[in-house]
Amino acid sequence: MILRAVHVFALIGLSSVAAAQQPVIGLITKTSTNPFFVKMREGAEAAAKTSGARLISGSGKNDGDNVGQVTALENMIAAGAKVILITPNDSKAIVPSISKARAKGILVIALDSPTDPVNASDALFATDNYRAGTLIGRYARAALGAKVARIATIDLFPGHPVGAQRHNGFLKGFGLRAPEAAVNTLGTASDVVCMADSYGDQTRGQTAMENCLQKNPDINVVYTINEPSAAGAYKALKAKGKEKSVILVSVDGGCQGVRDVASGAIAATAQQYPVKMAELGVAAGMAFIRTGKKPSGYTDTGVSLIAATKVRGVESKDVTTGIELCFGRK
Amino acid sequence: MRARLLGTLGPLLALIAACLFFAMRSDRFLTADNLSIVLQQVMVVGVIAIGQTLVILTAGVDLSCGMVMSLGGIVMTKLAVEQQVPVAVAIAAGIAATALFGAINGLLVTHLRLPPFIVTLGTLNIAFAITQLYSNAQTVTDVPAGLTTLGNAFQLGGSSVVYGALIMLALYAVAAFALSQTAAGRHVYAVGNNPEGARLTGIATQRVLLGVYLLAGVCYGLAALLSVARTGVGDPNAGQAENLEAITAVVVGGTSLFGGRGFVLSSLVGALIVGVFRNGLTLMGVSSVYQMLVSGVLVILAVATDQFSRRLAQRGGGET
Repeated sequence: MILRAVHVFALIGLSSVAAAQQPVIGLITKTSTNPFFVKMREGAEAAAKTSGARLISGSGKNDGDNVGQVTALENMIAAGAKVILITPNDSKAIVPSISKARAKGILVIALDSPTDPVNASDALFATDNYRAGTLIGRYARAALGAKVARIATIDLFPGHPVGAQRHNGFLKGFGLRAPEAAVNTLGTASDVVCMADSYGDQTRGQTAMENCLQKNPDINVVYTINEPSAAGAYKALKAKGKEKSVILVSVDGGCQGVRDVASGAIAATAQQYPVKMAELGVAAGMAFIRTGKKPSGYTDTGVSLIAATKVRGVESKDVTTGIELCFGRK
Repeated sequence: MRARLLGTLGPLLALIAACLFFAMRSDRFLTADNLSIVLQQVMVVGVIAIGQTLVILTAGVDLSCGMVMSLGGIVMTKLAVEQQVPVAVAIAAGIAATALFGAINGLLVTHLRLPPFIVTLGTLNIAFAITQLYSNAQTVTDVPAGLTTLGNAFQLGGSSVVYGALIMLALYAVAAFALSQTAAGRHVYAVGNNPEGARLTGIATQRVLLGVYLLAGVCYGLAALLSVARTGVGDPNAGQAENLEAITAVVVGGTSLFGGRGFVLSSLVGALIVGVFRNGLTLMGVSSVYQMLVSGVLVILAVATDQFSRRLAQRGGGET
């Protein structure tokens, strides 16, 4: 009986020693339910497992929840995390907490969204959202051919860097004069006949598209900030019988979005790679833990154009590849 | 009497003034087609606002309305799509889910005597979490036609009118009748006006309050059906905008946040004001930031008017 107790205690002792030797990496996402972040977490867990690290994850409660992320950060510091990967909900408000962590010698890497200022985190691994916009802008221009463009942009909401980068990148790719990537305001152009905000959701995307169609029924190109708003825009176009005569483009590359490309609802989408962000983050974290070497600057985690129909002069991947690489329910 | 008229006619005049303004700024505004679009766009918030009006009439507020609606939509669509449940049963289940939340709100308010603001703040989060977990944060697509028929339109005088919009108008008619012509309706006002006085006159205040929150829950379920019909999907992220917009509609419509006075039809006016501004400003090419600005100003104007008319009435000698 006593022998068995000693045996059990020895096992517990051994496993906690083993756990203590296992480095801890923390991952804090914006929310825990958005399929983009679910995929990121899965990628991070897999990468951590193969590298021999322990991953602890946390998140904000919803998009924009800074306090939840601050709490998660503090908990991870207490849990002994040496590296923290974070997709900030609020690029400015999270900075003091990140500075505290870095002052303790913890490596903090921003994934997907930058901190403001960018160098408040040790490094940034993210999609080049300007480039994502440029790809779909070039596709739309080529697909439209010689016709006169009448563009509607279904945007996020005012002041958000990702919303501005995708929008302005789209204008640039389309061949219009556009603000540079660092600008946070939306560029305008004479070919853009309507700009409306969707807040990234499907219902408001539908409302925005309906109102734009009322303003100008001859819209033939629609840029959307993400695939849910594109789905809403498509519903509005279909209600007016315009779904075949309008080129609808979007960003994200989620599985539902790629299915919409396959069905013809969306002409092309720029796919981004949350798993790549997680893998690079874990790899950089392990390098820091083993050698003390810190990553720095911005690393582009890649974006590809997914389209059902190829157009001349614009490289794109097909829908099958898109489905292989997508995030969400396949 | 003059004070009450001010509170009710004010928003209606504001709506008419807004329509005239936008008609002058864009020749596409005052078309049958455009107005029918606006009606479609407000039908979900409009129905939520019926439930919200009931709650606000009792001097309460329901912060969970949009999230509960979203839950109802997910329940309906997931059951119909994944469990192949017949459409009518799926709809009933969705409404039962939202009614259940309404009942929970009502029980917490009446039996635990917690402030409605706090209770519904809690159920807002619970409903949101359940919706996200149950749906796995995925939108439910390929929804059977039965769930979306209310999103179909019929031709009326050169433009298409969506069936759902008619349902909204019918629900308003029913609510207006019930609140003004039935004893139960009178009791709602009495409880909001003076709960202790109502209780002393023999009104079962607890039952009235419970009934109000339960009915509000049913409204959110009906709104969920309209939302699914309009978008064609079950969206776990639907309802977030509607949450505050429904309260805005009720307040801007002229119903007093302090309870006991207001008309449910005013909430339709309030919802239309928000929809008209959103549509009109887009037609004018104005940034949506200004919609927020306008909305905020309208809310403050509405509450200030309500306070002003209350003080007028008190000075007038007793009629509140």
